[in-house]
Amino acid sequence: MTLSGTYVLRRVLIALPSLLGISLVLFTVLALAPGDPFGDIVSNPNIPAEVAANLRIKFGMDDPVMVRYFRWLFAMLHGDWGFSFASRIDVDTLILQRLPTTLLVVGSSQILALLIALPVGVYAATRPYSLFDQIANTLTFIGFSLPTFFTGLMLILVFSIQLDWLPFVYRSDITSTGWHFYWDHFKQTIMPVMVLALFQAASWTRYVRSAALDVVKLDYVTTARSKGLKERVVVLKHVVRNAMIPVVTLVALQVPAIFGGAIVTEQIFRVPGIGSLLISAILANDTPVIMAVTFVFSCLVISFNLLADILYAWLDPRIALG
Amino acid sequence: MNEQNIRGLIEEVREGKLARRDFMTKMVSLGLAAPFAGHLLLNAGIAQAQTPSTFKPTKRGGGGALKVLWWQGATLLNPHFATGTKDQDGCRIFYEPLASWDKDGNLIPNLAAEIPSAANGGLSKDGKTVIWKLKRGVTWHDGKPFTSADVVFNWEYASDPATAAVSIGSYKDMKVEATDSHTVKITFNKVTPFWAIPFVGGAQGSIIPKHLFEAYKGAKSRESPNNLKPVGTGPFKFVDFTPGDMVRGTINTAYHEANKPFFDSVEMKGGGDSVSAARAVLQTGEYDFAWNLQVEDEILLKLEAGGKGKVVVIPSGDIEFIQCNFTDPNIEIDGERSSIKTKHPVLTDPSVRQALSLLVDRASVQKFIYGRAGIATADFINNPPRLRSTANKPEFNVDKAIAVLEAGGWKKGGDGIREKGGKKLKFVFQTSVNQPRQKTQAIIKQACQKAGIELELKAITAAVFFSSDVGNPDTYTKLYSDLQMYTTTMNAPDAEIFMNQYVSWEFATKANKWQGRNSTRWSNPDYDALYKAAQGELDPVKRASMYIKMNDMVVQDHAVVPVVSRPRARGANLKLRFSESGWDSDFWALQDWHREA
Repeated sequence: MTLSGTYVLRRVLIALPSLLGISLVLFTVLALAPGDPFGDIVSNPNIPAEVAANLRIKFGMDDPVMVRYFRWLFAMLHGDWGFSFASRIDVDTLILQRLPTTLLVVGSSQILALLIALPVGVYAATRPYSLFDQIANTLTFIGFSLPTFFTGLMLILVFSIQLDWLPFVYRSDITSTGWHFYWDHFKQTIMPVMVLALFQAASWTRYVRSAALDVVKLDYVTTARSKGLKERVVVLKHVVRNAMIPVVTLVALQVPAIFGGAIVTEQIFRVPGIGSLLISAILANDTPVIMAVTFVFSCLVISFNLLADILYAWLDPRIALG
Repeated sequence: MNEQNIRGLIEEVREGKLARRDFMTKMVSLGLAAPFAGHLLLNAGIAQAQTPSTFKPTKRGGGGALKVLWWQGATLLNPHFATGTKDQDGCRIFYEPLASWDKDGNLIPNLAAEIPSAANGGLSKDGKTVIWKLKRGVTWHDGKPFTSADVVFNWEYASDPATAAVSIGSYKDMKVEATDSHTVKITFNKVTPFWAIPFVGGAQGSIIPKHLFEAYKGAKSRESPNNLKPVGTGPFKFVDFTPGDMVRGTINTAYHEANKPFFDSVEMKGGGDSVSAARAVLQTGEYDFAWNLQVEDEILLKLEAGGKGKVVVIPSGDIEFIQCNFTDPNIEIDGERSSIKTKHPVLTDPSVRQALSLLVDRASVQKFIYGRAGIATADFINNPPRLRSTANKPEFNVDKAIAVLEAGGWKKGGDGIREKGGKKLKFVFQTSVNQPRQKTQAIIKQACQKAGIELELKAITAAVFFSSDVGNPDTYTKLYSDLQMYTTTMNAPDAEIFMNQYVSWEFATKANKWQGRNSTRWSNPDYDALYKAAQGELDPVKRASMYIKMNDMVVQDHAVVPVVSRPRARGANLKLRFSESGWDSDFWALQDWHREA
């Protein structure tokens, strides 16, 4: 069955109330959570109590939760993402400043992960239970059992402290010029990208392997082989093509994470991305920033879910969506 | 040391019998904050020692980049909005105050030509006016001249409630006017012995340019593009800023002090955590300086073995202490527990509080937990040295505690816990979640057990414990338990604000949303009277002895049990030369920072 326009429209219509629901839950939870963006001001004896009171009035924080929620919602609909309490600037400026770094670091780690997972997974599937497969399996298990904060610290210990090859503080504005600029950027990006890529590659390799393994056993592959086709052609044209369908979905579902950043890894390497923005906003109780980041993130998740479903149907016409 | 002694010493300094430095050391060893001690001499008409300049370079620039690490990045760059030290330090790279505090508590002029004193006519006899003479020939980074109009504007800007400046506390209740292009007169509404608050110090004294902020005074304050793009008078000019991540500056070639600064650029990187910041400075040398190393001393010592940097410990007035609740946390009256209408059934007995004080093993807490970052103390005011009392010594003595309790009539019950009249010595002891604090709690609990006191330990997440959330029962200002421990900070080298934690009009109650600063709800009419007298006392020596007496009243009545005073730890490259100060921003003398070859 081909993809119907009504299906897409229906999915989009379902997505809208879920987004509203998400935003309402987020806002209420944040409003109920302990903590006060002006806590510092209140507890500082040098600052009179009226200052915090004035600020609360100025930012409309004394209104009931529902009033604040609808004010936020209407502003959001107009494209106004809010105003950061901590930095006293617009939230979208804050996010746009951070986005390129996150795209670069998390994006290249995802590409690297794919570059590792695809060949390793396919090769392991064509030779199941061979020595290569066993080693690959073991490594993937280790890979996704080790949390990123652990591998991150390990890499720092080895490459920054023992060997002194790589810096472990990421700087978004590197002052050097010419090829030095690219070299410095490359050096500081290696560790965070590797940490994220290895973790992601480990789980993707498992998926690719099992997807390819399912296909390898099918009759048409045997037919292709018995036709006398070269092994390379059999694998690339017949196995990989069909095995990739579920993998594409997985990758599509992972795309929002590229925008959401990686909280732990960004914190360890001081990468000034969205993840570290979110964590510092949470620590400072900077509600508008937390709301904007989490809400934009949920929009991305919902739309990429939708995209993954559509892609799936498009790649595999046997699947009916209706 | 009493008033008479201090006066004698000052006379000796005046006559040249006692070196100024020795006087300062003596006063500091008495528990007076150094700034306060310096103030004593200043008010006695003895000129400040010119701190010998440690600045060696003979020409401006050529020092390369200065890279510093703040594990919480600056989030904004307008000093009047800067609440946290991270923001204040970020601002201080570009903006300067009229004068800053050095580590001994002396005022060092920045934009001022000289420090006001009675001798130069800067301070009036009635303690109400201060006249500042400004340095001539200073220009803003955009080339415009710096004049008294800028200084007056900062007062107008900050004192306007609509601006919502956090510096408003430093600028209200006074009038500021320009008497000529380079003279500013401050008239306080009441007698103000500690006059060096407005326009002084990196925290909120920094001066912003009138010509750029004039249009953004009041309600429009948040719209100013210069809130993120500072144009100051400091040693470095603004390059760019990513909130929470990076502040960059480049050398100000027109800086008003000759041959300074040494560094060509400065980079203040934010984010990450304290341990890895220490590592980047002490072990790998990737960075030159790291702020606020809240790391166990054991780890710092290991990192220092890396040989690239060292830990610099800066004395401060901050103190980790235990508060006794004088009200009953278990009875609710008109919707509030620990109401001032109640009395704590046990802790109001002085013998119990004295025993508790004897059961805190401060020496072990220092030795095994805080190391260089926590010095055992029995005083509430520890710095500046001129305000430190000599009457109290930390004492840990379980046998003596038992004797005190026995004498107070507290006898051991069948379960090993002491009791009197059906009331048991069982307390809930709360603090924030923080490893050193939980270890300290455990040490105290052990000692108390030996003496027949049972402590129930409670740890509350810091975001709740230190919040001002009126709805939450676990905040430190409410003190809905018997005992609690935390660090209170001293922001100025003067004790007036610091000591209001024990006056009766500062009780934290439901009526003031628990914003009152007296959360022990201890009170003493003599203390109240002394505090009020000190507020109007212009003679700094008398004033110092008054604060020392207040300190003694509080700790000798064991209203609180001081544990360790908390110096501030910074990490610095071995070759970096800088002057630290516990009374001002880390960047108070950034123009002097340099690297030794």
